[in-house]
Amino acid sequence: MAGSTAKQVLFEPIFSNNPIALQILGICSALAVTTSMNVTIVMCLAVTAVTAFSSMAISLVRSQIPGSIRIIVQMTIIASLVIVVDQILKAYAYEISKQLSVFVGLIITNCIVMGRAEGFAMNNPPLLSFLDGIGNGMGYSVLLLFVAFFRELLGAGSLFGVTLLPVVNEGGWYVPNGLLLLPPSAFFIIGLAIWGLRTWKPEQVEAPDYRMSRHKTKEAF
Amino acid sequence: MAKSKDTVARTLLVALVLSIVFSVIVSTAAVALRPAQIKNQNLDIKTNILAAAGMLEPGASADEIEETFASFDVRLVDLDSGEYVEPSAVGVQDPMKYDMYKAASNPALSTDLPASEDPAGIKRRPNVAKVYTLSENGELVRVVLPIHGYGLWSTLYGFLSLEGDLNTIEGLGFYAHAETPGLGGEVDNPGWKQQWVGKELYGSDFTEPQIELVKGGVSSDAQNREHKVDALSGATLTSRGVENLVNYWMGDNGFAPYLQKLREGEV
Repeated sequence: MAGSTAKQVLFEPIFSNNPIALQILGICSALAVTTSMNVTIVMCLAVTAVTAFSSMAISLVRSQIPGSIRIIVQMTIIASLVIVVDQILKAYAYEISKQLSVFVGLIITNCIVMGRAEGFAMNNPPLLSFLDGIGNGMGYSVLLLFVAFFRELLGAGSLFGVTLLPVVNEGGWYVPNGLLLLPPSAFFIIGLAIWGLRTWKPEQVEAPDYRMSRHKTKEAF
Repeated sequence: MAKSKDTVARTLLVALVLSIVFSVIVSTAAVALRPAQIKNQNLDIKTNILAAAGMLEPGASADEIEETFASFDVRLVDLDSGEYVEPSAVGVQDPMKYDMYKAASNPALSTDLPASEDPAGIKRRPNVAKVYTLSENGELVRVVLPIHGYGLWSTLYGFLSLEGDLNTIEGLGFYAHAETPGLGGEVDNPGWKQQWVGKELYGSDFTEPQIELVKGGVSSDAQNREHKVDALSGATLTSRGVENLVNYWMGDNGFAPYLQKLREGEV
């Protein structure tokens, strides 16, 4: 870890070490906020901002933090930043903050933020930690936007709220896929995305936990 | 190094400094952004009222919405007697500041509903409701009434707008609900909401509201078609909830006494 360069920490999380696809963190919000592109972008910006600034803040004080209350200190910093982001959204992006509802508050419990704080920021200088936060935020964003693209296009026939496939209910021809508006559909899309990513980068495939041994005993049939 | 960092005194000091610094940051953000947030919330309510009344121009700016809304009179109504009450009766200065949904959880300002009298599934009903009236040249042309009730998953909150005859529906809209997207969530569909326009609440004697959500559409020669609206397909329970809540709020326990007095010119 000590030898990682700025470029590495910034771009590796996008495909090579994606927080959702490889580390399988932050799935909860990936299911909840991906029904439309607009909402997803705001959520991604919020998560990226919180991860970057909390990593930087934690890295700045990392040599002062006593080991016994380390996690509490990280939580306090993250929670404060989340509240500030939530307040800003309510003041300047009210419509979207209504749609995001509790999920902004739940960034506190997003494993990516805490994971980067504990796993990277505690051992690295502030600037590098900041970039690492941005990088992981981007990795999260890429996957969320991918999911939201399919969910909004096929579920509601639009992208960014602009109708592309006029739906039957409004007099068009497209019968929307209702499943894609419901949270479970994100599981399928994320699953397919992980499959695609591991086909492209086979080194991400984990070694199997066990192998079935050969069948040795002869049985009579 | 590791040892000096982990003494009790040091731990307490770090915890204290951290708490103070971050409480200052959080409270500064909350206080500084408060006015903008309140403005947004009020604007949101006004936008919803105008949308239900069909007076919302697409893409209207905040100032235009404020300006259009200013033509409405905001009044508080005692639901049992149907008469206007002063804002001071519910402890506010400005009627706009009264929150009837908050009042519904205050025992002094609301009534507990037994299950038999609660078709809308709201459990408690506030005693005083907030209504929005619009008059032109001294004549009442429009009344917007708040309505809410339970659908399938959630309570739907919305507004119903009536024409000056206090019988013809001019618009209906829900601004908060959590019904299934694509099914019950279609209560937001502009095409469906359009069907409500021109429907009549009451029969000739203005007593019980007659609204009915029916399956299979309303043909142009259906009996009582002025009271019927096509139900949402795939959303029987949401449709039933909407029917119940509209009939409840327009009935005797809701706004009927007020509308009766308004019709007779008594308030």
